[in-house]
Amino acid sequence: MIHALYGAVESGLIYAIMALGVYISFRILDFPDLTVDGSFVTGGAVAAVMIVGGTNPVIATLAGAIAGLLAGCVTGLLHTKGNINPLLAGILMMIALYSVNLRIMGQPNIPMLNETTLFSVLSSWWQSLHLDAIFIAPFEWIGITDFAPDTFYIIVSMIVIALIVKKLLDFFLRTEAGITLRATGDNQSMVKSFSTNTNLYIVAGMGISNALVGLSGALVVQHNGFADVNLGVGMIIIGLASVIIGEVLFGKDKIVRMTLAVILGSIVYRVIYSLALRVDFLEASDMKLITAIIVIAALVVPNMLEKSKAKRQFKKSKQAALKRKEKGEVQHASTE
Amino acid sequence: MLQLNNIHKTFYPNTPDERRALHDVSQSLEPGDFVTIIGSNGAGKSTLLNMLAGTLLPDEGDVWIDGKDVTALPEEKRAKLIGRVFQNPLSGTAPGMTIEENMMISLGRTKRRSLFKGVTKKTRERFRELLSTLEIGLENRLNSKVGLLSGGERQALSLLMATFTEPKILLLDEHTAALDPSKQSLIINLTKDLVKKHKLTTVMVTHQMEQAIDLGNRLWMMDEGSIIFEANEERKKDLTVPDLLSEFENIRGRRMASDRALLAK
Repeated sequence: MIHALYGAVESGLIYAIMALGVYISFRILDFPDLTVDGSFVTGGAVAAVMIVGGTNPVIATLAGAIAGLLAGCVTGLLHTKGNINPLLAGILMMIALYSVNLRIMGQPNIPMLNETTLFSVLSSWWQSLHLDAIFIAPFEWIGITDFAPDTFYIIVSMIVIALIVKKLLDFFLRTEAGITLRATGDNQSMVKSFSTNTNLYIVAGMGISNALVGLSGALVVQHNGFADVNLGVGMIIIGLASVIIGEVLFGKDKIVRMTLAVILGSIVYRVIYSLALRVDFLEASDMKLITAIIVIAALVVPNMLEKSKAKRQFKKSKQAALKRKEKGEVQHASTE
Repeated sequence: MLQLNNIHKTFYPNTPDERRALHDVSQSLEPGDFVTIIGSNGAGKSTLLNMLAGTLLPDEGDVWIDGKDVTALPEEKRAKLIGRVFQNPLSGTAPGMTIEENMMISLGRTKRRSLFKGVTKKTRERFRELLSTLEIGLENRLNSKVGLLSGGERQALSLLMATFTEPKILLLDEHTAALDPSKQSLIINLTKDLVKKHKLTTVMVTHQMEQAIDLGNRLWMMDEGSIIFEANEERKKDLTVPDLLSEFENIRGRRMASDRALLAK
């Protein structure tokens, strides 16, 4: 049980990078971008092919991010230059990328169990430094060694990678260009009226968004030990679920807080996922349905709570008014 | 500073819906001129303003700003020369961002955007100083979301953002129409102050004749796509609303067909 949770946190951190990408397109640019389903696999496919070909895994991972960046830029161009509705532009890219991904991979599935991946490099590096001994010490100290994971290297390295991505993103979104990007999503015609080529910002924003998605895909295939052409199915919904859960549970207005909330949202999603898998009557194949239900609930419930709160308040004030009226009448009667 | 040569614009040409929006409009403004444009709905005021801003291309004719032919220059490029305040207070600012971030965006007219930190201490001080000239306390709310401001405050901010980078031309598109009377006079006074301070060449469209007479040194009256009457600085000094209405009747042989223009004080 506890070990499954460690696994959930690990995947949560890896998929958090994808969720940050979705946050840029969905929340900052207000562009519901379905490219994600394709670009996630594109990133993974490029990384897998390069790793199998013997490329340095760090370079392969970055190449995956660049592949995602290119895919995102194309979606942005379809929307801005081609005047295609955002949803449709994303769907078109998602479909097109399916074929592109198969071309890149050459086969629907690439196993990479014995390849040198980013994680195998990290693992041997980690073991040579005997860092597990340091991390397990507190567990031994409290006497709960059974609850400790087998190794800490994935969690620690993913925390580091996710935080680096978060910090870079925080910094970028507060630069002059980053502020303009956010304003473009907020009020495009206003930004235009201050002499800014908003199309450029939309294309660049979509590129950055999908670069993060591609990076996440590249990390996921290395973590899984294989790349699969169907890996991206429903990825956008997982991203949305993470963003929305994060916003509802941890969200605040500030950018720094929002990026953290998205990362935490992704972890919470994975924890819910792994818990749901432990319920007897649910099967792994039900997960897409559960994900959809989580997103629907996260979208609908806050709204309903708000409404019922307003309703209660209205009833309360009405009752209070009624009471005052009764009292007033009583007083009136007594004076007569 | 601004020159319009024989501008023509027809919407939906060669269809039953054909509408002549602008017909042979030629005008020029000297640096520092402040012209107010009045006219009933559909007279072509907004079309003219959009033509200046670059949102619409003329069918014929050309637009010159500061000695440059800008007719074919797209909106965002032309915006380097033009400051603009819209009728809707929501249009000129980004609601989800803070006051200082909005101010930051308006700097885009004067320089390229960098990958350096957006709002530095120095720019923040400058913004604070500029905002304090509005005298509505925005200088103490630099980190408030603009969406939390009232319509009047947002419009005042829009006005400041459109002017402080000193564009060649300032376009005001009925920028007080959506506000209540007290806020209207606040914005009108700010407009006067800011235009004077930065010596801006200004084009203002309004539905309110008194406003049109009160502000600026020139006045154009438009009807059916043409400027049918214009008043220069001297003529404008003793112009009254009844004067304007009778001028319209004399020229057009009919009454001005806009209850908004008539009713508005």
